[in-house]
Amino acid sequence: MANELLIKNGHVIDPANGIDKKCDVLIVDEKIAEVGEIEKSAQTVIDAAGKLVTPGLIDIHVHFREPGDEEEETIASGSAAAVAAGFTSVVCMPNTNPVIENETDVEYIHRKGRQTRKTHVYTMGAITKGLQGVELAEMGFMAEAGAVGFTDDGRGVQDPSVMLRALKYAAMFDVVMTQHCQDDSFAGNGVMNAGYYSTILGLPGADALAEEAMLWRDIQLVKKIRPGRIRYHAQHISTAGSVELIRAAKKDSLPITCEVTPHHLLLTEECCAEYDTNYKVNPPLRSAKDVEALKQAIAEGLVDALVTDHAPHLQSEKELEFLAAPFGIASLECALGLYVKALIEPGILNWPALIRLMTEKSAKIIGVDKGTLGVGRQGDVTIIDPDAEYKIDVSKFRSKSRNCPYHGWTLKGRVEKTIVGGEIRFEA
Amino acid sequence: MALIRKSKQFKWHRKHLLGLRELSVEEITYILDTAKGFEQISTRSVKKAPPLRGKVVVNLFFEDSTRTRNSFALAASRLSADIIEFTQKASSVSKGETLLDTARNLEAMGIDIVVIRHNAGGAPKFLSRNINACVVNAGDGFCEHPTQGLLDVYTIRKIKGTLEGLKIAIVGDIAHSRVARSDMWAMTKLGAEVIFVGPPTLMPTQLSRLPVSVSYSLDEVIEKVDVINMLRIQFERLGGNPFPSIREYSHYFGLTVERMKRAKPDILVMHPGPINRGLEMESEVADGERSVILEQVTNGLAVRMAVLFLVNQAAAQKLKA
Repeated sequence: MANELLIKNGHVIDPANGIDKKCDVLIVDEKIAEVGEIEKSAQTVIDAAGKLVTPGLIDIHVHFREPGDEEEETIASGSAAAVAAGFTSVVCMPNTNPVIENETDVEYIHRKGRQTRKTHVYTMGAITKGLQGVELAEMGFMAEAGAVGFTDDGRGVQDPSVMLRALKYAAMFDVVMTQHCQDDSFAGNGVMNAGYYSTILGLPGADALAEEAMLWRDIQLVKKIRPGRIRYHAQHISTAGSVELIRAAKKDSLPITCEVTPHHLLLTEECCAEYDTNYKVNPPLRSAKDVEALKQAIAEGLVDALVTDHAPHLQSEKELEFLAAPFGIASLECALGLYVKALIEPGILNWPALIRLMTEKSAKIIGVDKGTLGVGRQGDVTIIDPDAEYKIDVSKFRSKSRNCPYHGWTLKGRVEKTIVGGEIRFEA
Repeated sequence: MALIRKSKQFKWHRKHLLGLRELSVEEITYILDTAKGFEQISTRSVKKAPPLRGKVVVNLFFEDSTRTRNSFALAASRLSADIIEFTQKASSVSKGETLLDTARNLEAMGIDIVVIRHNAGGAPKFLSRNINACVVNAGDGFCEHPTQGLLDVYTIRKIKGTLEGLKIAIVGDIAHSRVARSDMWAMTKLGAEVIFVGPPTLMPTQLSRLPVSVSYSLDEVIEKVDVINMLRIQFERLGGNPFPSIREYSHYFGLTVERMKRAKPDILVMHPGPINRGLEMESEVADGERSVILEQVTNGLAVRMAVLFLVNQAAAQKLKA
């Protein structure tokens, strides 16, 4: 007998299909069967009155630390955090130990994800072996195993000729090449944004140029190898200069997309003033001017995805001098509320526009058939109470890590239920 | 105690001295006035006073230092404290113990005041958040070196009477200098005008937001200033190749006998030490009649006694409260 799940009376937002109204969603056997006024019964009926019903949220940039640093996070703990935050799909970064650089590694991540039975777990593969920026990793085999893109995230591919070769080679496969834009010769040993605060705090600064120089270079490389089946995605852009570069690239209709994190929308370099290492992140928190430029870019539609760059670390690792502590903010579990605060409350985006960035557009970047409630699509649905307030308490996190600077913040927009493949995987 | 002149109404309340940026004019003046009272102890036949008797001061130094370390040790001993010397090499830090664990271990031994020097900006602040003992910053990365800043303004005030209206040049590697930063905060708060002088490659980012002006020409500045503080070129901190050669640096930014001829006759020549003779300063200038470099060292002792005394007093008052 068919397995039926009916979500009644919710306000359905499905940007891909232009739906933004009160109606019902029926899932039969893992797939979306119908969206509209549905007058039948089902084995399971959810009353979503007063709630938003959206395609399952997608975060295309997380670090689940497995394999290698399971004390910080595992695919199981990260996935539990993900569904609790409404994410039905996540994309892990390959900078684990060992690095995800061959098909066996990719399959390992997928198997762990399946076994956890929480969220869909995808992974990117490394562009270069060991993230060393020298020899290309086996991108073809990894793509065949299901890697949804490639990156040396954590660092950028420094050598322009290596990056050019990687982009050319990857054009054989329909994959997205993504970059953590950071020219190390400009970034130096910087631990925060180079500016007034790095000067008075006596900390080495990483100049915005470090990001912009590499993004500019990569845009030139993409131009160079067009036409070709190339897609380039700039990860976590953080500066006003990067926004300018993206704006120009999009004007030229280059196949270039970009993403922004909540911390680069909500926090500035000034947050580092007390040397709290929970604000140490890479790319670093920038100036208020950069934050404004990123918000403006989102308002203009220049940004293609919102991602957390969830980067869990042990408390003992973060309880160090600012200079010595690792980079990273763990924010997966409060992501939606953060976007609401950064983008909906100030009127930069409305709900459909926000959901579009977190679903349809994100799915498109990594080339997966998700992010919509179209009939026949996988039954991934998130139910949100847009008015419910909650206070962030890191001690309640399902993630293994607590390095979250938003502890104690009050946010609006709570995830009520997360449905993955027609199965309720999270209930508030 | 009788040595301390009570300024009107002002009460010192800080149990840590982390930097001069956060201090008010009143607080800085109060430390300087307190130091003045301590100066005479060093001229007595019995060079000791009892205010820190039974207290334990640890010199927690993660970077090389000779004079600051000795100065703090001597200051503590003049105030009758017990002193523990803790160096990176001699301790378990080299085995990978974190700063926090080191500090907690020291605290478990009953330490009252931690004097810390560390290569990371903010390390003293980090420590102060995590332990109960008083924390005194003896230099953190290129953030601050508050007792050096205090002894510099103390020395200037002692000779010139006030800093109000003085023009002061700080010359050299500003970018990597904690002395330049502490000097800047203290000197400008006390009413002096500060000019940073050095090559653009040794200037920090966004100077426009700091209360200083900038010059790339020592020749233009030398005639105008009442005080010139020559920073040490810190070879250990210089990354890359900020200037082409020592010879070229000295040519543009060395304080030579020739340049001194164009200086005001009553200029004060300062240096935080140790001097690279012939590099940032010619020996004839370092040892010349306008040099107050050794007075700085003497005054440093009084200033550090004052700081140890005040933080301990604030801690005792907090305990009572």
